[in-house]
Amino acid sequence: MKLLAYFRSFAARFFHRSQTEADMEEELHSHIQLRADDLERSGQNRAEAERRARLEFGGRERFKEEAREAIGGNFIETFLRDVRFSLRLLRKSPGFTTIAILTLAVAIGANAVVFGVVNALVLRPLDVPHPENLYGIEHANEHNMYESYPDYLDLRDRNHSFDDLAGYTMFQVGLDTGDNPSRAWVYETTGNYFDDLRIQPYLGRVFHSSDEHGPNSAPYVVLTYAYWQAHFHQDHGVLGRTVRLNKHPFTIVGVAPPEFRGTLVFGMPDFFVPLVNQEQVEGRNALNARSTSSVFMALGHLKQGVTPEQAAADLNSIGAYLEKTYPTDHGATTFVLARPGLYGNRGGALTAFVTGLMLLAGLILLAACANLGSLFAARAADRSREVALRLALGASRNRILRQLLTEAMLISLAGGALGLWGSIALLRAMSVWHPISRFPINVPASPDANVYIVALALALVSGLLFGIVPVRQVLRADPYQIVKAGPSATVGRRVTLRDMLLVVQVAICGVLITSSLVAVRGLARSFDSNFGFEPRNAMLVETELAMAGYHPDQVPAMQKRMLDSVGAIPGVDSVGMISQTPLYGGGFAAAIFTDRTTDLRPSNAVATAVRFNISPEYLHAAGTVLLAGRNVSSQDDKSAPRVAVVNREFARKIFGSTSNAVGGRFKLRDGTQIQVVGVVEDGKYVYLTEDPEVALFLPILQAPTSQICLVVRSSRDPRQLAEALRTTLRGLDTGLPFLIETWNQQLDLALFPARTATVALGVLGGMGAILAITGIFGMAAYSVSKRLKELGIRIAIGAHPSEVLQAALGRAFKLLALGSVAGLVLGILATRVLASIVYQATPRDPLVLAGAVAAMVLLGLLATWIPARRALSVDPLTLLRED
Amino acid sequence: MSGPAQLLPGTLDLLILKAVSLGPLHGYGVLLRIGQISERALQIEQGALYPALFRLVRQGLLKASWGVSENNRRAKFYELTATGRKRLREETDGWNRLAAAMGSALAAQPEEI
Repeated sequence: MKLLAYFRSFAARFFHRSQTEADMEEELHSHIQLRADDLERSGQNRAEAERRARLEFGGRERFKEEAREAIGGNFIETFLRDVRFSLRLLRKSPGFTTIAILTLAVAIGANAVVFGVVNALVLRPLDVPHPENLYGIEHANEHNMYESYPDYLDLRDRNHSFDDLAGYTMFQVGLDTGDNPSRAWVYETTGNYFDDLRIQPYLGRVFHSSDEHGPNSAPYVVLTYAYWQAHFHQDHGVLGRTVRLNKHPFTIVGVAPPEFRGTLVFGMPDFFVPLVNQEQVEGRNALNARSTSSVFMALGHLKQGVTPEQAAADLNSIGAYLEKTYPTDHGATTFVLARPGLYGNRGGALTAFVTGLMLLAGLILLAACANLGSLFAARAADRSREVALRLALGASRNRILRQLLTEAMLISLAGGALGLWGSIALLRAMSVWHPISRFPINVPASPDANVYIVALALALVSGLLFGIVPVRQVLRADPYQIVKAGPSATVGRRVTLRDMLLVVQVAICGVLITSSLVAVRGLARSFDSNFGFEPRNAMLVETELAMAGYHPDQVPAMQKRMLDSVGAIPGVDSVGMISQTPLYGGGFAAAIFTDRTTDLRPSNAVATAVRFNISPEYLHAAGTVLLAGRNVSSQDDKSAPRVAVVNREFARKIFGSTSNAVGGRFKLRDGTQIQVVGVVEDGKYVYLTEDPEVALFLPILQAPTSQICLVVRSSRDPRQLAEALRTTLRGLDTGLPFLIETWNQQLDLALFPARTATVALGVLGGMGAILAITGIFGMAAYSVSKRLKELGIRIAIGAHPSEVLQAALGRAFKLLALGSVAGLVLGILATRVLASIVYQATPRDPLVLAGAVAAMVLLGLLATWIPARRALSVDPLTLLRED
Repeated sequence: MSGPAQLLPGTLDLLILKAVSLGPLHGYGVLLRIGQISERALQIEQGALYPALFRLVRQGLLKASWGVSENNRRAKFYELTATGRKRLREETDGWNRLAAAMGSALAAQPEEI
């Protein structure tokens, strides 16, 4: 009832504002007239009577104000008045306003960018219908999602938990649309993939399970919208067109809808082809091999009412069946369900990192708020005379506080809008950025409503945060004291909120500087570290002969011709061949068994080695040092006994020592017995941050592969060399797709996470430093200006400059030291998270510690330099004369 | 202590309700009436009356309408609503109980304990 009345009067006030205002005015006027009538009757003349009546009435504006509040509903009016007043005040101090808005813009912008990335990678579900119950199947003990095709079929047909189970894998193919053959990324998918995900084509049709009739039976291509747009210019006539994929004819049947980017957040394919055509796409048919992983990820929608735990239990019973039925191919097989978008729980490190970034960005914003809070407090202190005057004139404290908050909100909204504008530009740029040109890696970070909402919320919250700082000050203010004594009487000696804010801010800055230094140092070290090969002065040529339609029997001869002709190019010192260069998107794994093992099930393996197939010249060309024994040779071919070169870690782990290893034997999964003929140094094979891994190098003649990389060592200019290589290879086969780059360029991929982390931390660290500097500067400058008179007296009675500085800035220095120590300690604790991303990121590094300390000292000096100069240059005479 | 008594906080509203309960009044009339019924013992700052009047209107205890005063001036007249009448009764009872309790408490003599 009361509430209703309130709302009614609110609405009435809102819509008939001027009328009620006039009403009130008239009523007060009538009161004064009535009073004047009485006074006139008691014998005064009219003018005198009216004057008396007005005097008796008291502060008319104040009562009107109180009356407005009593009526209610004047919120908007008051608010607009506050806004106008605040704008006027802010315009009067443009320096303060600009600095405050810019500070916030940077801080909120940083938060919006980081949140945009988190949103794109972690929060936003895949853009498919009903993403909430879409799950991928992950191996519980191996943390990957690979399945062999027969296993996938068993999982698909025997489970009772999924509506349907689809599978896909990514592969790179040569695509010839008539002119220039180019490389493209495809998803090879099971026939039910689109139906399972409930994706409707944008154009034409998608393929279905009914299209699958055994190997190579479905030569169909479904283009992604983006690829159709970029390479076919949105030509609707593309349907039914035949393209050559690795020289095999495929028919374009449809185009996927624009929002569908595949089922991996950061990896978008160019088009989709059916997995049953694996032989044409990958040059091998492993559809019947239980020991070969053909499926990168199996995924599907859970049935209504089935929980992930129930589904996992269901899958585990299939796992137990597989383990029992095919013991040579399966160890213990258990499953968990995982979100497909980030490739299951492997996304964990990424999630941890972006969460960490979000935290750091939050700290930046907090620092900015602390900064602005103390700025506002200082401003409020300077304005205490004005505030006191307003209080004395009858303004209520509520109104004054509301006005101060309005001021803070205006600044924070302006800063938020500016920051958001910048972050939108940055996110847009990021979402079209392909950090590694040859991989389809891309962060689809274009901002959505979530980002806008978060930015707005951050702006409002930070406005409240720093707007609230001076509140206590105003509430405590006693107008009579302040008007009487002047503001300097309120300078206190005890620890204030402002001091605490400053310490917090310096500490935050310390954390950021320490962690970015740790990251930079780790990155620098990873450039210097021993990879087990020498990337400098080496050029790589990647080719895949299957893409050019070579039959496996023709491959070795062609590869020999390539080696010979490239080796004949002037200026080439040596050229070798390897199946896949190390540190380049993983590697092939091989289970290793001791020679005595007869039961070759995966659980009996002694190690899992990273496997490479190499030509005899590879070790020399790559600069990998042979420690013992001999290299593989051209005599190690199909007719000779199987041999291998292993790395030192392999020798240590399987044979105990390098010398024991040479001549020793081990077995592979298929029972092949292999003799170790040589041992090479350890290197990095999969990740820069990995611990020493077991690696195995097989002679390529005994383990042929059509996908190879030529390592060309030469001190010639890379561009000239690349041109010569291109001419030579085109001379061998005009239809051969290949890719030439320097080894260092290729390593960009391995270094990408560390580089990104370092840049992100560096930017945040820089921002933290700037905020700390302005914060300390503001505090020091303020305290100097407040105590100029005292400093002047000190100088006048002959104080030494160091004593003046001590008096003026001692407190600032103490706070600075306190904050720095706290920041360093916290920073050292925080960098543990970094260790998983940046190679050898450790804070126990004298250089990092010294660097962080030096940075903080420098910061302090920089920030206090100008206030110190001002304190020392005080002229006591002018100052004392002043007031 | 001599001169007009200080108003206790919260008593102004009750006084206004009482004044208006004796017949519709304009703001200035409320002041005069309070002065009259309290025999000039209670003085109210003139302007402070209006926020209180508006508050009571908003609470639905008073209603207001424009009319003409005895000396032909346009003025806003206030009268009690049904809720206002009820509130006045309740508050008067409450006040009487409080006054009686305070009176006997303050009149207590040492020998009565």
